[in-house]
Amino acid sequence: MPTATKEDGFVVFDHVQKSYDGEILVVKDLNLFIGQGEFLTMLGPSGSGKTTCLMMLAGFETATHGDILLGGKPINNIPPHKRGIGMVFQNYALFPHMTVAENLSFPLEVRGQGKSEREANVMKALDMVQMGEFGGRRPAQLSGGQQQRIALARALVFEPELVLMDEPLGALDKQLREHMQYEIKHIHERLGVTVVYVTHDQSEALTMSDRIAVFDDGIIQQLATPDDLYERPDNAFVAQFIGENNTLNGTVKAIKDGIATVDFGDGTLGEALAVNCAGVGSETTLSIRPERVDIGKESGPNAVPAKVLELIYLGDHIRCRMNVMGNDQFVVKVPNAAGHKHLVVGETTKVSWNSEDCRALD
Amino acid sequence: MSDTTQTGPVLAADGTPLKRSLQRALRREKLRALLLIAPLLIFVLVTFIAPIADMLFRSVENDIVADTLPKTVVALKSWDFHSGEAPGEAVFAALAADLQVAVEAKTHTRLGSRLNYEKTGISSLFRKSGRKVKKWDLASDAPFREKFIKIDKDWGDVDVWRVIQTYSGKYTNGYFLNAIDMEKGPNGPQWRDESQQIYLMLLKRTMFLSITITLSCLLLGYPVAWLLSNIPMRTSNLLMILVLLPFWTSLLVRTSAWKVLLQQQGVINDVLVWVGLVADDNRLVMINNQFGTIIAMTHILLPFMILPLFSVMRTIPPTYLRAAKSLGATNWTAFWRVYFPQSIPGIGAGSILVFILSIGYYITPELVGGTTGVFISNRIAYHISSSLNWGLGAALGSILLLLVLVLYWLYDRIVGIDNVKLG
Repeated sequence: MPTATKEDGFVVFDHVQKSYDGEILVVKDLNLFIGQGEFLTMLGPSGSGKTTCLMMLAGFETATHGDILLGGKPINNIPPHKRGIGMVFQNYALFPHMTVAENLSFPLEVRGQGKSEREANVMKALDMVQMGEFGGRRPAQLSGGQQQRIALARALVFEPELVLMDEPLGALDKQLREHMQYEIKHIHERLGVTVVYVTHDQSEALTMSDRIAVFDDGIIQQLATPDDLYERPDNAFVAQFIGENNTLNGTVKAIKDGIATVDFGDGTLGEALAVNCAGVGSETTLSIRPERVDIGKESGPNAVPAKVLELIYLGDHIRCRMNVMGNDQFVVKVPNAAGHKHLVVGETTKVSWNSEDCRALD
Repeated sequence: MSDTTQTGPVLAADGTPLKRSLQRALRREKLRALLLIAPLLIFVLVTFIAPIADMLFRSVENDIVADTLPKTVVALKSWDFHSGEAPGEAVFAALAADLQVAVEAKTHTRLGSRLNYEKTGISSLFRKSGRKVKKWDLASDAPFREKFIKIDKDWGDVDVWRVIQTYSGKYTNGYFLNAIDMEKGPNGPQWRDESQQIYLMLLKRTMFLSITITLSCLLLGYPVAWLLSNIPMRTSNLLMILVLLPFWTSLLVRTSAWKVLLQQQGVINDVLVWVGLVADDNRLVMINNQFGTIIAMTHILLPFMILPLFSVMRTIPPTYLRAAKSLGATNWTAFWRVYFPQSIPGIGAGSILVFILSIGYYITPELVGGTTGVFISNRIAYHISSSLNWGLGAALGSILLLLVLVLYWLYDRIVGIDNVKLG
C-alpha cells in the first residue's frame, strides 16, 4: 500500500489535538493520512489516545484543535449520523430488543430503503459473514463470535466507504480471535473498504494491517508496515511494544558508516546500527530481537559474556534467559534443531549478533 | 454384588431408596430455612393476609339480623311482601320475643344501625320499640301487632319488613350492590336514585386521576431519570439526594406546603397577580379541586417513578445510542427506536408502582382535594371511621383490590410481568 499524502489521503488528521479537561492533551498534534482501501491499525497501550482518535473520526468526540478530513471534506461539524461511517464497537452494541435481521435492517431503514431492497441487502450481509440462518434470532441467543460477525455485518450492510473498529475482538477467546482476524482481513480484501482498527494487541495488528500507527502518550511513535515496525523500530518504545525485545544500555564510543560502537560500561564493546542515537558520548539503548542472537560464538566484534539463568523447553525452540551485561532478562531463542548447543543453567557462555540486527535507539 | 440386574429404585449405601435418603437429607435444610423466614412469614400473615381475608369476609357478612332476631326471621319466611300488607300476628309475636332478648343484650340498637344503612329511620324505630317492648309480658300482652304499630306506624310499613326479610340471610351481596350504586329492590337489584349515586362516579374519578398522575409522573420523571443515568456517578448521587429529599420530609408538611403555594391568596397567585398575568379579583383556583390533587400527588409519587426508571436506564450502555447514530439514525430516531424500547421495563415498573399507590391514596386528596378531588379511598375512610358502615367500606376496598389485580393481569398480558424491573 503506497503511503498516502495529505493531498490524496482518504482520511486526514491535520494537526489534531484533543483535551478533555483543558489541562492535559490526550492527543498531541496528530498528523495521519490514510489511503482509500487501506487497513490501518492504531496500536498502543490503554490511555495512549488511540480510541479518542477513533471517536473523533466517528464524530462522538470533537477535536479541540485541527481538522479531520474525510474524502477531502472537513467533517468536524458534521454530526455522526451524517458521516456515513460504519462502526464496530468493543461490546458489539447489538440492539437487544431487535432480531439479528432487524439490527441489520436498521441502518437501511433510517436511510429510507424499501422493504424488499432491505431484505435483499440484509441477506447479502448475513451471507457475507456466514450467518444466513440466524436472521430471526435475538443477539442474546448468539455466542460471542456470532455476535461479533453480526456486528461486523451491521457495520458493512449500508456499504460505507470507511469502517471503524474499536477493539472488536477483545471479548473473544484466543482461538476465535485468531480466526476472526483472518475473516475480517479477507472481508476487507474482498470489499476494498477502508478500515481503521484500534487495538492494544500487537499480534492482531501485525496479522491484519497494511500499516500500523503505534500510539503512546498521545503521539504516533511510528507509522509503518508490520514488517518495518517489527524489524526496524524507530525508538525504544516501539521496539519494546512490538514483539519480544532485548535491551542493553551503554555509551556511544564512535559512529562510523552508520554503525555505532557502544561501550557497555566495563570496557566491553559492541556494534549496532545507529538508528536513533545522539552523537559520541551519549547514552543509548541497544535493541535486539531474541531470535537474532547467537550463542556460543567465542570471537567476533559483538561477542559478550552471558550467564544462563533459566531454560524453558518450548518444543520447537528453547527459551533461554540469561544475564548479559547486567540485564538478567536477556532472552535468547535457541532453535531445537539437530546439533544445537546444549546449555546448562549456571553455565557461562558468550552471545553475539550481527551489527545490522542490533539497533541503537534513544 | 451385582446391581446391574436390579430394576427397582436406586438404593443408597445403607439400602434405603435414594429418593427417601435425599429427602431426609434435605428436610433439615428446608426446616432451617423455614425457621429463618418464620418471623417474616408470621408477620405477613398477621398484618397483610389476615386483614385482607377479614375485609373480604366483612364485605359479604350479614349475620346480625339472623342472630338478633332468630325467631322473627323464621316466622317471616312465609310472608310475601307482594301482598302489600305487613305480616301477621305470628311474626310480631316472634319479634317481641326476639326484641326482649336483644334489649337485654343491648344488641337491638346495633341491628337498628345496620338496617339503617338500607333504609333510613329503622335505627330510631328499633331504639324506640326496644324501650317499650322491654316492659311487655310475652305471655299475657298478646296480640302484639297492634301494639307495635301503636309504638310506631312504621311497623305497618311493608318496606320495613321487606328490608328485614331481604337482609335476613347470613351473607349478602347488598354491600357490593351498594358499592356500585345499586340496591336490593322489590324486584331484585336496581339502580339507586340518581341523587344518591356516588360510588361509580368516585371510582371513575379515582381511575382518571390515577392515570393522569401516573402519566404526569412519567412525563416529568423520564428526563430526570435519563439525566441521572447519563452524568458522572458523583454528580448523579448528589442529584439523587434531591430526588429522594421529599421522602425524608413528612407527607403532611409537603402537602401543606402545596396548600401555601396553590391557594388563592398563595404564593403562585400572588406572583401571577404581581406580574399582571391574572387579575386580582379573578385569582386562579388551584387547590381543593382535582388540579390540586394532581399537582400534589404527582410531586409526592414522583420518586417512585424516577427510581425504577433510573435503575433500568443505568444498565443501558451509552454505546447503543452511539451505535445507532453511527448507523445513520438521527438523535430522535436513535432515542425512539433504540433507547426507548430498552427503557420500557422501567416505565412499566414505575407506572405500576405509581398507579397502584395513587389508586389507594388517601391523605393528600383529603387535604387538597376539596370535594371534586377526593378519591374512593376517602369514602372508604369515611365509612370505616365516621358512618361505621364497615361492610360497605370492605366492599369498596374489595372492589379496589380486584381492580388492581385485573389491571396487573392486563399489564402482564400486554407488556409481560418479566418486563418489570425495579432494580
